[in-house]
Amino acid sequence: MNLQDFVFYSLASVVVIAALGVITLRNPVHSALLLVLAFVTSSGLWLLLEAEFLAIVLILVYVGAVMVLFLFVVMMLDINLDRMREGFWKWFPFGAILALIMTGEIGIVLMSKQFGPENIQIPVSKSVDYSNTKELGQLLYTDYVYAFELSAVILLVAMVAAIAITLRYRTDKKSSNVSKQVAASREKRLKVISIPAERKE
Amino acid sequence: MVSLSHYLVLGALLFAIGVVGIFLNRKNVIILLMSIELMLLAVNMNFVAFSHFLQDTAGQIFVFFILTVAAAEAAIGLAILVALFRNLRTINVDDLDELKG
Repeated sequence: MNLQDFVFYSLASVVVIAALGVITLRNPVHSALLLVLAFVTSSGLWLLLEAEFLAIVLILVYVGAVMVLFLFVVMMLDINLDRMREGFWKWFPFGAILALIMTGEIGIVLMSKQFGPENIQIPVSKSVDYSNTKELGQLLYTDYVYAFELSAVILLVAMVAAIAITLRYRTDKKSSNVSKQVAASREKRLKVISIPAERKE
Repeated sequence: MVSLSHYLVLGALLFAIGVVGIFLNRKNVIILLMSIELMLLAVNMNFVAFSHFLQDTAGQIFVFFILTVAAAEAAIGLAILVALFRNLRTINVDDLDELKG
């Protein structure tokens, strides 16, 4: 067993244990923190696969943004955990059987020789001056530039949607309506009336 | 040596854990969203593994786009969750029967 195998097996076991913790722990905060652990460890696995840029992006985007958002939401909501856990183990046998069948089926396919080292050679490691980021950038801005711009539009739409959903207008706040003030005219505000002068007694 | 099937089996395990998580935590929307993130992570793991072993960078581009869409999905999902909690004071799936579905 060389160093790469050792790193793979240790990281993979950490990922699986963390994922099991995510779905079974009682407190959602602990689940979110374990999901962070799973993401960080899988970014280590991606480093092993020479996908350096995506490993960094996984940590920056997922751990830095998405999971922090999850933690914020979990801590903001006041949820009744006891009601949430009702019937937690009732569906466990069904889910476990489903998972066993799924992994069994996938395992039968994957353990065949098609995906083994006989058919797909383990590639030689890239040289030290190879830049994964550079190669991805060159592909992204040439072949996939249309999809790249589309993903920017998706992010914009998501941002607008998230703000629009959570925005609420307060009715009790006091503020001046500038457009109304500017639109006011003399005719609306001021009325000139003639009052006959009072006679002195 | 670690071959492609090692990584694919790891991806399958993660995906199965995500599916079981959806079955176990049917009442808690937050954990449901986390299970979906786990399943997306499994798919991304497969993409990166194939990309490495077939020496094709296009797989990593796909992972990039999946990450983008997943981030958008998480943001909108959590926004819906916050709006839901503000109106109903609960995120229990059983209580969300406004639409009588």
